[in-house]
Amino acid sequence: MHPIGTPLIHARDLTKRFGDFTAVDRISFDVCAGEAFGFLGPNGAGKTSTMRMIACASPVTDGDLLVLGMTPQAQASRIKARLGVVPQQDNLDTEITVRENLLMYARYFDIERQVASKRADELLDFVELSDRADAQVESLSGGMKRRLTIARALVNEPDVILLDEPTTGLDPQARHVVWERLYQLKRRGATLLLTTHYMDEAERLCDRLVVMDKARIVATGSPRELIDKYSTREVLELRCADDVRATLDGRLGGVADRVEMLPDRVQIYTSDGEHALQLVHALGIPLESAVVRRSTLEDVFLRITGRGLIE
Amino acid sequence: MIGAIRMVQRNALVYRHVWRGSVFSSFLQPTLFLLAMGVGLGAMIDPRVAALPGGVSYLEFLAPGLLAAAAMQTATFESTYPVLGKMTWHHNYDAISATPMRTSDLVLGELMWIAVRLATVGTAFVLVMTVFGIPRSARVLMAVPATILTGLALAAPVMAYAATRKNSSTFNVLYRFGVTPMFLFSGVFFPISRLPDPLQRIAWGTPLFHGVELVRGVTLGPMSWLWLVHAGYLTGLTGIGIAAALRTFRRRLSA
Repeated sequence: MHPIGTPLIHARDLTKRFGDFTAVDRISFDVCAGEAFGFLGPNGAGKTSTMRMIACASPVTDGDLLVLGMTPQAQASRIKARLGVVPQQDNLDTEITVRENLLMYARYFDIERQVASKRADELLDFVELSDRADAQVESLSGGMKRRLTIARALVNEPDVILLDEPTTGLDPQARHVVWERLYQLKRRGATLLLTTHYMDEAERLCDRLVVMDKARIVATGSPRELIDKYSTREVLELRCADDVRATLDGRLGGVADRVEMLPDRVQIYTSDGEHALQLVHALGIPLESAVVRRSTLEDVFLRITGRGLIE
Repeated sequence: MIGAIRMVQRNALVYRHVWRGSVFSSFLQPTLFLLAMGVGLGAMIDPRVAALPGGVSYLEFLAPGLLAAAAMQTATFESTYPVLGKMTWHHNYDAISATPMRTSDLVLGELMWIAVRLATVGTAFVLVMTVFGIPRSARVLMAVPATILTGLALAAPVMAYAATRKNSSTFNVLYRFGVTPMFLFSGVFFPISRLPDPLQRIAWGTPLFHGVELVRGVTLGPMSWLWLVHAGYLTGLTGIGIAAALRTFRRRLSA
């Protein structure tokens, strides 16, 4: 394992174009050993294209990219030997068993049979699929398939694990199981690189992240830093009838510095949500509901781009 | 090379769950065809009217032709739906491409696997032909490599094409306007000399014709320098197909 803090991925002005379309536009970032690094952004922001370039699955159009000190165009096989890839869409071998999936994948890395067999057992245990080892993949639930895909990505004991939207499409319970397993990996010192359009996922798992929008990086930092920089400590969310809402323009100016009028709610950014709510009540505005909550990365994204993460 | 063998192992692992039915039909199919068309229909063909090359019976004429046709059927099937499935439906090639395996390992591995399938089809067919007393000499054993070569000459270019497809809709066109006409008019059921001149030239250009001639030649003899022509044609087409498949696979898997 690499000493904590060693840069494992280094990108400068990294660019990906498909014909006239620019998917990734001159982005720069470094990922260090032992770090959980995230790409947060809506669909189409360029997260997957960035991941594919790092995984040597898509040629770099322009700029510099070093993965484990090597360039993808010259040393793709050597890089791939040391990465673990969890793609957005499960691509398991559905016609063979759970355990066979791990054993066969180990063969592609030229891992000896005995080593592979031992590792398969450990990994099945880790992702809690030991009791399904001899089941056909077809029979697994979505969450189980995802966990098997994660186990498969660990079969070569990778230096960096790439996860492209690891919990998209899973039900809430299955998401929590996956998060818990990824958190365990993190605690063991694994280097994780993940993309997500869920801010709760980014907050929960990432030490550091970049916010992407329209092929560019628009902000960088830890979840806490980003919230401190781009949002307030608390947010007051108000819901009211449409006719009431129409009269609100300008009236809330004295309550807080920043007010966002969203289609379904009004968000008031403030350091003290309860106090702001008292001021709103004092104005005599009839409300359907009012909630005070902590700021999230969703608020950061809204602040920077003027749009929500999930459209 | 080691990577290509990994690909063969992967396909063998999948095949292990279905092999019984597949091997059974490798024997059943030629037996039924030879009984119906060779023995049944063949009895109605008067050798004085329909003189077949080498003065052989219709059953003898037909059997090696059917073997070459079986090679075509196996090869075109194995290089269409399974390839599209791994490329587009299940993304297995993406999964394998994320490992140190190279695109050339995928392409050559898939063809090696198809060669294994063709070898089982060929071996089963030769055994059935032997039961019917058709082969003239031990040279019939060469029918197995000839079957493999015939199949690969079709599988390689068809696989190159399949890798460019987003769905299976055009495969039917390939079968209807490629495979079926070749099956009927490339010398499996009657010598192509029975065809009018322009069609005869077209038949000469088809891979199945060269496959039929090669398999029939080694089964019935005598030795001929023309075998080299047929084998050369089939080898060349295999080579072109592999080069094309390497291009189409790379383009599809690395965008």
